[in-house]
Amino acid sequence: MNSIESTDVVVIGSGFGGAIAAYHLAAGGARVTVLERGPWLAAEEFDHDFKLGSSYTRIFDFVVGDGMSILSGNCVGGGSVVYFATMPRAPRYIFERQGSIGRRMWPASIDRDTLDPWYDRVSESLPVTMTPWETVPYGGGIWAAACNHAGRTANPVPSAVDTDQCTNCNWMMSGCKFDAKKSLLLNYLPAAMSHGAQIRPLHEVQHLERTDDGGYRVHYRIVDDSDYRILHEAGVIEAKIVVVAAGTGATPPILQRSEKYLGKMPHAVGRYFSGNGERLNTVVFDEDRVREVLGLDRGDGTAYEAHQIGRGPVVASWDKLDGNLPEYERYSLEQLYFPPGLGTILAQVPGATGEPGDPTWFGPRKKELLREWKSWLTIFTMSEDDNEGVFGPPPETGNANRFSQQMLGHGPLSYKPTANTWRGWNLSDADVKDILERDGIAKVAPWTNDLIGAYTVHPLSSCRIGDDPETSALDDRHELRGHPGIFVTDGSAVPCGLTVNPALTISALAERAMPGIVKALNERGVSCTYGAPIPGQASTSKVKVGAGR
Amino acid sequence: MHTESTDPRASRVMTLEAFADTIIPGAKRSPDDHAIAGAAEGGGAVAAGALTLLEDPAGGLAHSLEGLADLLNLHASVYAGEQELSLDEALPAFVALNYDHRARMVQRLCHPDHPEKALWVGLALFSNMAFDSAAHMSTHDALASGHPGLMTIGYAKPNADGVWRFPRYSYGRALANLHPQTNSTGSLA
Repeated sequence: MNSIESTDVVVIGSGFGGAIAAYHLAAGGARVTVLERGPWLAAEEFDHDFKLGSSYTRIFDFVVGDGMSILSGNCVGGGSVVYFATMPRAPRYIFERQGSIGRRMWPASIDRDTLDPWYDRVSESLPVTMTPWETVPYGGGIWAAACNHAGRTANPVPSAVDTDQCTNCNWMMSGCKFDAKKSLLLNYLPAAMSHGAQIRPLHEVQHLERTDDGGYRVHYRIVDDSDYRILHEAGVIEAKIVVVAAGTGATPPILQRSEKYLGKMPHAVGRYFSGNGERLNTVVFDEDRVREVLGLDRGDGTAYEAHQIGRGPVVASWDKLDGNLPEYERYSLEQLYFPPGLGTILAQVPGATGEPGDPTWFGPRKKELLREWKSWLTIFTMSEDDNEGVFGPPPETGNANRFSQQMLGHGPLSYKPTANTWRGWNLSDADVKDILERDGIAKVAPWTNDLIGAYTVHPLSSCRIGDDPETSALDDRHELRGHPGIFVTDGSAVPCGLTVNPALTISALAERAMPGIVKALNERGVSCTYGAPIPGQASTSKVKVGAGR
Repeated sequence: MHTESTDPRASRVMTLEAFADTIIPGAKRSPDDHAIAGAAEGGGAVAAGALTLLEDPAGGLAHSLEGLADLLNLHASVYAGEQELSLDEALPAFVALNYDHRARMVQRLCHPDHPEKALWVGLALFSNMAFDSAAHMSTHDALASGHPGLMTIGYAKPNADGVWRFPRYSYGRALANLHPQTNSTGSLA
């Protein structure tokens, strides 16, 4: 007698990598169960509120490591619910990167040309659209004007936000109350559910075991719905195929913990982590100089004072995305809004020395800097790091020792930036300063790395694809080496930092992996066909049909 | 004479207030306010509610506060010895330091090489959050009651329905040339 629940496919995680798999495999005819460790919230539950326990602490995770902190989604829809929906394609040179291994990191089968059809598909599915200048918020506008003043170009970036529905409230890290941000709650996930996929929130997968027939037994714990430090009952589901898409920071601990049951994991599981070379500078504009030098006016005599207004990053400077430049000297510079709570502590006072008695990130001068918050802008660097992050032994459960009831925890990632990584950061810091301090437009200082190390909102590469078994955990079909039937389709599969926002690339790779996963199902006797159309668009995220526990 | 320091809870509160006030300083509440050093005008982290946030069980620091306050005072005593400072013995040692010395101590405790860095950065993070985002109370209540941090940063009020919308948000015109390799997708070719 066997009372263990079984299905064809268990998908771990419901962000881009999980939702895309759930849709294609369910639409193809497979039985699909999605286990998501975070809660399931919809538009009406996304709060405009900073109070602990509001939606932003429920759906957002901030895991502090040794030298690197990761910010990521923790909810049904994963990163798509909390991200800024900025969706550029990776530049052509990225696919030729050699990084720390001295030879091409990407599988030979993937380059920009082979990935473009998959980029097209995701762009149609979400959808991703161009951003007309007329809809660029003040923050993007002032960055563009400053770039132009410095003889640079600037681009409004393709985006998955419907600007007709957007109110430019800048609360999108708490989830979009207006469903203007086209998260996975509005396309792939409802489409998967319409084909019978079940989505189970607050189910945190802990480890995998093999079954006698070559499938997998997926072990999970139920997470308390308000205090994530508390785990409730355990459960098990058997599946013929497992798609691991728990996120770059969470996929390695699950696989590491499973090693005891499944046997040796590939060397690259939990290694080669990239923070996408991310770094932030805080800019404080001189409002008078903005008017005089850049000629900007909001129409009421105010030059800028618009830090709070907008929808995250909208305009980027791509002049340094130049394949003729050496590796580690290429980066994009994107204007960004980071809300209070997380977005001010690391900002340093321009001109403060950090010498004893002259602190850079706290104290009276910091308070004066905060008085000018309305005139702030954040400039976000995405550069080429050295894939130098390594995950230590996994915590007993999940991917972090949770410190707060929600959001804050300590994780096992260690990251010591190399001279290569610092090269990109230092060049970009100097570039931002050059562009923005011209003619007294602004004062600029980078965020400090002293408090929580470096930080990333785009963790990548901790279980990456490649052709070389020594330096990649997955083959070019995203199958885990030595463990047939386990596929990884989240950001951890991306081989390296992309110098741009990675969500579209993560998604395109996941789309590209689907025919191979369908084939693997067929080989295990599951009737499933590849070829589902573009998922339909839901008009609201409020419908949770198909939810189960 | 400062009887506060004989009461362990009062001593702990003063010590934590002094730490929070070092992160975001504010004006003294009264002439004999020892916890707040008075290094800046207007309300700082203490007036913003740092103690309430630190004591919120949701934050995760509440159960450690007593130990942190004791440890901070221990460090302050050692520091005062090093610097040959004579402290008012009626006050907790950290509270007895002036602002400049408190700041130097926080720099030292939060330095990347300090073995207890994570503890003090955590305390600093919550002190800052009380000020810049009033994370211990509803943002709407905080704005309605004139929360000193949100007032300082100039955080705009929501619409009457409690939701933020900015109908005027754009300069409405092209402000730079596009990168020459931009293709029809909006990305670089």
